[in-house]
Amino acid sequence: MNIIVCAKLAADVSEITIDPATGKPVLQGVPKIISDIDKSAVEEAIRIREKCGGKVTTVTIGPPEAKEKIKPLLAMGADEAVLISKPEKEDYSIVAKLLSEAIKKVGNYDIILCGEASIDLFSGQVGPQIAGYLNIPQVTYAQVIIAEEKKVIVERNLSDKVVVIESTFPVLISVTKEINKPRLPNLMQIMQSAKKPIHEWSIESLGIGELSPKVEVVGIDGVPTERKNIILEGEVEETATELAETLAKEGIF
Amino acid sequence: MILIYSDNKNNSLELLGKGRKLADQVKNRVLAVIIGNAGEPEAKELIAFGADTVVIAETDMEHFKAEEYADILQSIINEYNCETVMIGSNKNGKELAPRLAARMETGCVTDCINVSLEGEKLTVERIVFSGAAISRQQFASDIQILTIPPKAFYPPPKDEARTGEVIKKSYQPNSYASKVLRVQEMKSGDVNVEDAEIIVSCGRGLKKKEDIRLLEELAETLRGNTIGCSRPIAADLKWLSEDHWIGLSGHKVKPKLYIACGISGQIQHIAGMRDSAIIVAINRDSEAPIFKSADYGIVGDLYTVVPALTKAIKEEMSS
Repeated sequence: MNIIVCAKLAADVSEITIDPATGKPVLQGVPKIISDIDKSAVEEAIRIREKCGGKVTTVTIGPPEAKEKIKPLLAMGADEAVLISKPEKEDYSIVAKLLSEAIKKVGNYDIILCGEASIDLFSGQVGPQIAGYLNIPQVTYAQVIIAEEKKVIVERNLSDKVVVIESTFPVLISVTKEINKPRLPNLMQIMQSAKKPIHEWSIESLGIGELSPKVEVVGIDGVPTERKNIILEGEVEETATELAETLAKEGIF
Repeated sequence: MILIYSDNKNNSLELLGKGRKLADQVKNRVLAVIIGNAGEPEAKELIAFGADTVVIAETDMEHFKAEEYADILQSIINEYNCETVMIGSNKNGKELAPRLAARMETGCVTDCINVSLEGEKLTVERIVFSGAAISRQQFASDIQILTIPPKAFYPPPKDEARTGEVIKKSYQPNSYASKVLRVQEMKSGDVNVEDAEIIVSCGRGLKKKEDIRLLEELAETLRGNTIGCSRPIAADLKWLSEDHWIGLSGHKVKPKLYIACGISGQIQHIAGMRDSAIIVAINRDSEAPIFKSADYGIVGDLYTVVPALTKAIKEEMSS
């Protein structure tokens, strides 16, 4: 079983601050981390390989320094990693196209896994776009994956219902964060992962011509969050009464 | 032509609201698509709400599947020369739109909370960085595909006198190597947090499932009866079903009053409730980020504060 996992280098949203002067988010210097839902995808890939055998390859787009962020995925148990160089301009379609071409170059794939969305932009586009470019079946929002030799059965979580889908290979599956708890590698695994290969592929090596964005970001603004931030202090009964009175004045009752 | 499609009726009407406005700006027409075996009355209703043409795409498919639905929409887009394609942003729409975009090699933006024309360019806004920022994006492609979340726009006024064309046609999408085996409705207690006016919500500060009773008493007193929760309660502990879950991956709510009890205020949770009119936070930790997103805060243990608040509100209401 050949499994390819798309793992995004995403902005660590917990480190984003808002510049009080401009009201805009400060993005410079925000560390990049592997999107946590993608880590669940890597974990799921390893579990499928443990059951069915085969190989797990991760694919990431990023600068050469990103190798350090990919190593923990190898320590978790991925066999090999691919790092595609960062294009000058990118949008959802460029990212999906680069990943699709890299997946073709890895070749012979049965299951492609990715997170339902990335923690920073949360667009959820890349999985279905890759499936679209490769013109293969897709199953999104997977909460359970049962892989067998020739097919896979997946539970899609649609909040109000679960849709159970069966597909042969190749298939693209996007997973929810709830599908599993990614393992923490031990020291031995971390040391052994240093020997695992990280292939660095240029955009040219993927045989892609000019990539022009189909969507461009023209501005990023902070979200106005004007809240009163009134902290009521005192004994519990007093603060509770004060709050009840305040809510009454606000016309809640 | 502006194409609108959603498998949710209310969402379709909201899309018509925005689609009609955009179309009127540039003297364009609106085409609404129904996939499945719908009748004339359903199509007529979409016309009353602003559609010029309704295409009922008849298939023998029993369930939604993104692969086949993308093929059907692609045929319709090509047939009617649609430039802008607006799709309802539920989980089906969010997997349909990007696949369609890739099949057509065109641009797509999901979860647009705002859509406008700047000059000739279709410009949209979406929330990024877990709710910390709004990204403004412009399409550079000839065909623009976007998804619109529920309640982003109002349905237009209904006009029974409007006329339009209803086209019934059967479509044969390609066949794909995947199939729906079964659909299981999830257990839910008829909760609809998205429509609730008053929500009392709990997080990790809750020690055991039975203690939800404390919040229910507060909610009942407020005549709200709606209980929400943050991720750990629904996804990890499973003390409440997922239709109570409020946050980026859960539901987005905008009640008149939101009371967060024992919720620390992770940015993902804030993203789900930030549009509430009034936010109250109760938390033991005075440093909890929830207080930054709250109008009123009480620093204290929810186990003493919530019953006290229930009592105080009862007194206030009877006075």
